[in-house]
Amino acid sequence: MMVLPMVTLNHLDDLWFQVAGTWCNLTCQHCFISCSPHNRNFGFLDLATVERYLHESVALGVKEYYFTGGEPFLNRDMTAILERTLDFGPATVLTNGTVLQSAWLERLRTAESKSPYCLEFRVSMDGFTAKENDPVRGDGTFERILAGVRLLLEYGFLPILTVTRTRDEQEDAELFAGFVRLLKANGYANPRIKILPTLRIGAEAERCRGYADTERVTSEMLDGHDQNQLLCSHARMVTDRGVYVCPILIETPAARLGTTLGESLRPFAINQSACYTCWQYGALCANVDPEAQG
Amino acid sequence: MKRIAVFGGIYNNYLALEAALHDAHRRDVDAIFCLGDLGAFGPHPDRVFPLLGGHQVRCVQGNYDNSVGNGLADCQCGYTDPRDNHFARLSYAYTFANTSQANRAWLRGLPPQLRVQLGQYRVLMCHGSPRRTNEFLWESTTSSAFLEHLFDSHQADVILATHTGIKWHRALAPDRHFVNVGVLGRPENDGRTNVWYAIISLSGGISVEFVPVDYDHERLAAEMRAENLPAEFVETVLTGWWTTCLEVLPAKERKRGRH
Ligand SMILES: [Fe+2]
Repeated sequence: MMVLPMVTLNHLDDLWFQVAGTWCNLTCQHCFISCSPHNRNFGFLDLATVERYLHESVALGVKEYYFTGGEPFLNRDMTAILERTLDFGPATVLTNGTVLQSAWLERLRTAESKSPYCLEFRVSMDGFTAKENDPVRGDGTFERILAGVRLLLEYGFLPILTVTRTRDEQEDAELFAGFVRLLKANGYANPRIKILPTLRIGAEAERCRGYADTERVTSEMLDGHDQNQLLCSHARMVTDRGVYVCPILIETPAARLGTTLGESLRPFAINQSACYTCWQYGALCANVDPEAQG
Repeated sequence: MKRIAVFGGIYNNYLALEAALHDAHRRDVDAIFCLGDLGAFGPHPDRVFPLLGGHQVRCVQGNYDNSVGNGLADCQCGYTDPRDNHFARLSYAYTFANTSQANRAWLRGLPPQLRVQLGQYRVLMCHGSPRRTNEFLWESTTSSAFLEHLFDSHQADVILATHTGIKWHRALAPDRHFVNVGVLGRPENDGRTNVWYAIISLSGGISVEFVPVDYDHERLAAEMRAENLPAEFVETVLTGWWTTCLEVLPAKERKRGRH
């Protein structure tokens, strides 16, 4: 009989919120959950719902909160949600940077300065030229994203530019240097950049290729593997349809673990196809590689 | 035990270590503790060890000590920024090559944690966090709920750590304290050349005092140049601003620096 590759939650460090559901103003070719203006599969989370989970998270000792979508800032409660979260702990929001408004950033700057905690913005881009970025993220998005980055800088935020690797891993250094040049030219003196691997599910499966049958995690592959590298060992994801094991698997029914955080703390079998990338690269979704040391 | 001196992150800075030890004795402490990371960054790694031994400093093992002690290929730094990676490698290669076999063996044997009792307070000393040597606990990215979890799961009232390079203290009700004691090895990215350590003492309750340490940083800079250590490291010693390994800083801490 096959033994399932079970991963136990060591501790709930990171609590994620699918705060904009699957709604996005962009339709990126590599999106791993196929978000778009037409995908209403998952809906918005309102402030009251987020607050309920924030309260539940305190007794569980959650360390940090993450917000994603879709595009979080399509949710009209987003600013209020981040303001409230900063009473509980550090918050990171993953945005495409194209819909940000000054009035929101003004409020968020005030909220962050009053809080002991950090508010991080992660802005996605796919190339350091419009020619590379726009075919993936949509026509004209390159300039709109840069305008968003400049607006964040104007309000004193230091966004982390996340770049999905659409080319060869060997070209990372060149990609990194290109982004440094671009961002410096846009007034970002000491740019923060993170290069991420792609996940071959959702739209990305059609753009590139899906996973091969051999690309599955088995229980043997967990022997001696550092499980801190796997998100499901230290994170859970809140959506409007319940709590899921991680941000990547919300379209996988088996990944729904319950309605409350308490119910979601049980172990999970990482035999889904995207689990292979997490196993291979680890730490896909953190601001900083958990292995990074000073 | 009523009053202890605690420091971390020596990073080969034996001159700052000497100054801190002198300062701690002047303050009449009952014991002195080091929370690890003896090597990296500075010159002449082997000059740190006799000072620690001579002053009966009790040490916790840091991630750097673990790497050097066990002869690992690198400092396990795992930076993603190629520039940070470059400097991390240089720094590790130099420290490893200049740490004697005997000192490496000593590093290998250091404990990951120490516990002491200060009055009724159970004090737990670690490097990064009580659960992981290389965990960064920054002030701006560590919720109080998470600290409560650490106090509960490790049966401690006071937790002392280092590793990030920037000191902080948070008191939680009713009387729990998390203290990052800072580092002696390099200034804390505030444009000042001094470094920091902490005095934890009993005076009614627990009192936490961060102590600035001035040392001959110009001499350290000259020795670093003589050893061909990177000009970027020397600049940090002379200006008080970090120039490398910045990617691990959260936005709030990063904004306070210059680079
Ligand atoms: Fe360390």
